[in-house]
Amino acid sequence: MTASLIASGSLRNRLVLTLIGGAAILTLLLFFAIRNYAIQIAQQGQDNILGASATSILDAASIRDGTLEIDIPYASFSMLSTPSDDRVFYAIYQDGNFLSGYAGLSNPSVNPGRRSSFETTQFQGETVRVATAARTLIGAENRTQIRVYLAQTQDALSGTLDKISRNAALFGAGFFALATLLSFWASSTTIGQLKRLTTSVTRRGPQDLRPFEKPVPSEMLALVTSLNSLMGRLDQSLRQSEDFIAEAAHRVRTPLATVRSYAEATLQRVDKQENRQAMRSMIRAIDESSRAAGQLLDHAMTTFRADHLERQEIDLVELVGELVERLTPIADMKDVRLNLRSEGKITCSGDPILIQNAVRNLIDNALKYAPGESAVDIAMIMNPDIQIKVCDSGPGFPPNEIDILATRFTRGQNAAGTIGSGLGLTIAQDVAMAHGGDLLLSNRPEGGACATLSL
Amino acid sequence: MRYIIALIVCIYPLLGSAQEWEDQQRFNDGVSGPPLRIIASTDTALFAPIIESFISENPTTAIEYLVTGTADIDRRFRADPNDFDLVISSAMDLQLKLTNDGLALPLEDIFAPAWAQWRQSLFAFTSEPAAIVINRAAFTGHAVPQSRQDLIQAMRARPEIFRNRIGTYDVRQSGLGYLFATQDARASETYWRLMEVMGSLDVRLYCCSGDMIDDLADGTIAVAYNVLGSYAAARIESKDTLEIILPSDFPTTMMRTAMVSRDAPNPALAEMFIRHLITRQSRPNEDSLLPPLSGPLNKAERATIALEPALMTFLDGLKRRKFLAEWEDAVIQK
Amino acid sequence: MKFLLVEDNQELANAILSRMCLDGHVIDHAANLQDATAFVETGEYDLILLDIMLPDGDGRSFLKQHRASDLDTPVIVLTARSQVSDRIGSLDLGADDYVTKPFDHAELEARCRAVLRRKAGKATSTVEIGGIVFDPVAGHLAVKGEVVNLRNRELRLLELLINATGKIFSKQKLADRLFSFDDDASENAIEVYIARLRKHLEGSELKITTLRGLGYRLDHDS
Repeated sequence: MTASLIASGSLRNRLVLTLIGGAAILTLLLFFAIRNYAIQIAQQGQDNILGASATSILDAASIRDGTLEIDIPYASFSMLSTPSDDRVFYAIYQDGNFLSGYAGLSNPSVNPGRRSSFETTQFQGETVRVATAARTLIGAENRTQIRVYLAQTQDALSGTLDKISRNAALFGAGFFALATLLSFWASSTTIGQLKRLTTSVTRRGPQDLRPFEKPVPSEMLALVTSLNSLMGRLDQSLRQSEDFIAEAAHRVRTPLATVRSYAEATLQRVDKQENRQAMRSMIRAIDESSRAAGQLLDHAMTTFRADHLERQEIDLVELVGELVERLTPIADMKDVRLNLRSEGKITCSGDPILIQNAVRNLIDNALKYAPGESAVDIAMIMNPDIQIKVCDSGPGFPPNEIDILATRFTRGQNAAGTIGSGLGLTIAQDVAMAHGGDLLLSNRPEGGACATLSL
Repeated sequence: MRYIIALIVCIYPLLGSAQEWEDQQRFNDGVSGPPLRIIASTDTALFAPIIESFISENPTTAIEYLVTGTADIDRRFRADPNDFDLVISSAMDLQLKLTNDGLALPLEDIFAPAWAQWRQSLFAFTSEPAAIVINRAAFTGHAVPQSRQDLIQAMRARPEIFRNRIGTYDVRQSGLGYLFATQDARASETYWRLMEVMGSLDVRLYCCSGDMIDDLADGTIAVAYNVLGSYAAARIESKDTLEIILPSDFPTTMMRTAMVSRDAPNPALAEMFIRHLITRQSRPNEDSLLPPLSGPLNKAERATIALEPALMTFLDGLKRRKFLAEWEDAVIQK
Repeated sequence: MKFLLVEDNQELANAILSRMCLDGHVIDHAANLQDATAFVETGEYDLILLDIMLPDGDGRSFLKQHRASDLDTPVIVLTARSQVSDRIGSLDLGADDYVTKPFDHAELEARCRAVLRRKAGKATSTVEIGGIVFDPVAGHLAVKGEVVNLRNRELRLLELLINATGKIFSKQKLADRLFSFDDDASENAIEVYIARLRKHLEGSELKITTLRGLGYRLDHDS
């Protein structure tokens, strides 16, 4: 019943990992998206200023008396001031000839046809953004093209980007932390449903095969439905086998009862000694077989119930009292008295059916061995363990076998001629042990056997 | 490099043979080891207290102090950047361009406000307004001009007094003169009228402020325009004859700047010197002959020339050629 | 005493009927629940012997129905099951006792007597003969107004003899009725009980005669 299953991973961990992994990927995406966007925006800002500056330089170009003049406005460079004091480079070309500025800055890769273009490149060992702009001037005799290259380092830009990246990283970390918390919360809530179902399955007794009726989340509906149908089938098959056993017992025992009744009736009529002896043997065989079957069933039931012990509060005095009352007619037939002695109210926690069965077996045994017109004493004491003592005044247990008597199918040597399958003491001991107690066998000094069941 | 050659050809035809130093002094000469070489435009007398206080804190250091004009500093330093540890100049534009060209060594952990440094490489350490200095004798009985406009009127009213007795920088030779002239021209048209009036009165042109103040003190000229007040104030013996006027119409304030050469032989020591310099100049100092660095909002909004890439505008060859042509048109009226 | 046996197995029913008649009881037999209901409605019974598994239903439902109506006729269930849970279930439904098949007729008789004794007052069936008043249910014997409580075996022996006055019972037959089959019943023990009964019957008109080699006989001296 307690076959251990091998756990393959944890649903909760898997859920948490999936959620956290998802959050991590989202966070990274978010971070890079923000950063890329920021780079674009910042680069565009720098490009705009560079473009405006280059345009203002071009606008200051003019041809006067056939000579090119470029009166660079102070603002052209002034507008390139940044908090990080970025370096500024420029170069002015007329029709491809260097005019002024930093000669090394010219960038032949730039398409000269476009009005303005931007490119990131290296100059003097630093990464610079170069804006290129051109303008065609029309003089009196000729036309000339002025090209301006304007470059700026990117210290301020990278400073801004660093700041944005830091903020984005902080934001991302916060987002991630929140997502992690949320995923823990979400998975506990989800797993909580499973746990509740598990608890309610575990808390059920072994006989409780009712379907679950509390509402469950739709994802668990299939599981619970299958569970319910499994329990339904189990319940039905249990019921069927119970019915089957009952039916079988009925079918077997009723003819036996018929045979026995006829045998008894016949015994009343025949007089011949051999015939009478045969009838008696027949009756004894029937009794023995039905008693053996009964005890086997009792023993099976005892074993099953002891494995799934369901304890409840029992009033022992009342329980044993009922039992004694039921056994009194049988005792009467031998003119044996059943003396029940108890000290006040004794309660214990256990399975009433098992305890009753155990005590019945002990009293049955005592009745079997007790001589006619004697007494069987049944005492219940608390000192402090609960003990139920059943003593007769029969021949007593054989002293050399007293230890093995409670073993299954063992009967005392002196039991010859007494009907019994030998299971009675075994059942009593099994019950005692299931309740954490023991069965103690002894002989009374004045003669007679004593069985003490302690719980 | 073509543009350097172009600059030399364009700017320095008159200084082509200048190989000598205006002044060359060694401080703490007895100490062994290579000296800290400082190339500067500031007169030794004005800068010596700073050097001496540095030596007193670092007695094992020798310093060689080399003085020349601002334009010459630019030329010599570009030619041989590993020959000098420190470059100190009043020509902010040239200094900024040196830095922009990557010739300055960035220094970490030096505290300077954003407006007083550029790229953590170029550090300002004085705030010095351009001034009109007059010889009082020429204005006896007449109002002392308080602005450029006043000066124009005074010169027009008494041309005979001022003819050939006005002095200003020859902007073709002096880097500082060029800086002041371009900033003036940027600020107001008054500059050009002033130049035209000066040109009509046969203005005398000087390469250096020292010579100009000498002439002013002995009465050769009556007015010196766009001189550094600090130089005039340093002439204690001329206190009674000279008067320093800070023009009230629009001010032009220059910051002296210092930088460590990218190829400095002794960069650690040079950095120490910069720290010392900035710390010492960050507050008024009795011993110092150079005015301290002061914020741009102090002293009635005396506009300080900003340390920004725009300073390179007037260094552009085309721009400079055009400006000098206009200047010559105004000043040299032959 | 008037009994009703509800049992579908005809053979068993016949065996029980013949034994009950032998013991001097009046007994009706119903083979199914429908007949049983009809019998209960028409006649008044002192005791019902009820089989659980019947062709037209479960005896327990009959029991439930029987208890629901106002009748309080005691019921002893005949069951083929030996599970304790089943026994308790039958008792909970209102059965007064049960016997497990196959059963010893002596035990059935003892249980019937015990049940009837518990329900005492309603069903009194005293036998008055030869100057004695005998109550087999309570186990009382009154001789000339003097009441004696009989032991169980004495009671059963007397009942057996009174039901067949004048009939000879061999020692073995008597032993078979008094002792269970797993007892090593000695025929000598019968003599002890006969002696006791003779003593109880002293002063009455009833006398137990010993017929050497044949057995005993209860005679009515009149």
